[in-house]
Amino acid sequence: MDVTNLESVRDEDFIHAVMEESGQDLTHCYQCGNCTAGCPCGFAYDIQVSQIMRNLQAGRKDKILNSRSIWLCLSCSSCTTRCPNNIDVARVMDVLRHIARREGRVAEKGVTTFWDAFLASVRKHGRVYELGVVANYVARTGRVWTDIDLLPRIAPKGKLSPMPHGIRGRDEIARIFQRYEEERTR
Amino acid sequence: MNLAYYPGCSGLGTSREYERSTRAACAALGVKLTDIPDWSCCGSTPAHALEHALSGALSARNLVGAARAGCDTVATPCPSCLSNLKTARHRMADTAFRARVGRLLDQPADELAALPDVQSVLETLVTRVGLDAIRARVRQPLAGLRVAPYYGCIMTRPADVMRFDDPENPTSMDDLLTALGAEVVPFPYKVECCGASYGVTRRDIVARLSGRLLGAARDAGAHAVVVACPLCQMNLDLRQSQVEWPGGKAVDMPVFYFTQLLGRALGVPDAELGLEQLCVDPAIAFRRAAQVVAARQAEEAAQAAKAAAQAAKAAQAKQAAAANEGGRA
Repeated sequence: MDVTNLESVRDEDFIHAVMEESGQDLTHCYQCGNCTAGCPCGFAYDIQVSQIMRNLQAGRKDKILNSRSIWLCLSCSSCTTRCPNNIDVARVMDVLRHIARREGRVAEKGVTTFWDAFLASVRKHGRVYELGVVANYVARTGRVWTDIDLLPRIAPKGKLSPMPHGIRGRDEIARIFQRYEEERTR
Repeated sequence: MNLAYYPGCSGLGTSREYERSTRAACAALGVKLTDIPDWSCCGSTPAHALEHALSGALSARNLVGAARAGCDTVATPCPSCLSNLKTARHRMADTAFRARVGRLLDQPADELAALPDVQSVLETLVTRVGLDAIRARVRQPLAGLRVAPYYGCIMTRPADVMRFDDPENPTSMDDLLTALGAEVVPFPYKVECCGASYGVTRRDIVARLSGRLLGAARDAGAHAVVVACPLCQMNLDLRQSQVEWPGGKAVDMPVFYFTQLLGRALGVPDAELGLEQLCVDPAIAFRRAAQVVAARQAEEAAQAAKAAAQAAKAAQAKQAAAANEGGRA
């Protein structure tokens, strides 16, 4: 059994940051479990989504931000749709990822490596270059056999663009990322 | 009302057939699509999972572009793009958020106050063109084709942002497919997630979730799954070779974009619909549909023959009776 002294782990700043950034009142959760019952990815989670909500109320920052669950959430909005207290749970999960990224805590590195490869492609070309994203992901993770089994299925279909589709305004897109980074490090 | 069109990045690559069939079906129905000039990526999940203002800025640049092109509505085929564009517009009502997004963009922040409405191409077709008008243009009904309509998880959710159809049991695609002459099977997983973009990073998740969807379609007797999302399509079609089939019984389940079946029913040539770009051979579904039609025709012919035989027998009996009566008289 997991025994915790709630007084010593309660992080008020964390609770307020999540409430503020998500615009959701976490105190409204009464642990009905609808979010967990409907969550398609619960089988892969280390902490179920309703447990994340309860831990949030208790301000257990480390427990939440070190979890795998926040990275495996598929953003499908089943939890939000089924919450009887109208909490946008999916948005809370998004905000937990934002805070974890700012603090450099990522328990599922493969997921963020893929997302970073995706955004690097957008920043460079203005639009996503699919083959480039996969190549970047493979280069960063060393997982060279990723989806190699799919190659004979998709290659003859003429769908994979050999070249990126750059746009005229790609400097404009790069500036969006640059300003975002400047704001973040300020 | 001028309609701007936002194709989305995958339309240039892995969902090329969605892009082609969307344009072909819209053209056949007289829906004019004006591409947003020099449109850019919405950032998809990687952006909103990193920072909402960044996601808002990447989306807003496109909405501003549509407004500048004189359009009051943006239509997009991709639910992920749809979700990002709609969410960005929704959040712009918050002045603090709008100011933050404004600081990231070249475009002046005051242009963010009144952005064009955003809708899916599915919504455009069922609301602007309408099912009656579409039904009237059907030239080649999808007779005998049993389909499982799969909407994906975010086209209708969260309901207060998406504001289209029922969030848990949408029916617009069911109605459209019925109007095209197809038979919609009861499908309980209409909005259950397929595993999204985790195919690359956590294949086990997609294998399980997409396998469950395909298994449900198989068990419902569907000849094909019909989708409205490039990522769902990729998971169900391209990754069909990777999924875990419930009960272990794998079948070949074609996965169409709804626009491909719409185009086919409207008489658009297959070559314009990208049917050859699907991984699981779509001919399998059409063959099964043809078998249903043939079986139904055979059944009808047998019924007709039976009825004719009965009628002949009755007429013979009547004749005999009349002859008997005649003999007595």
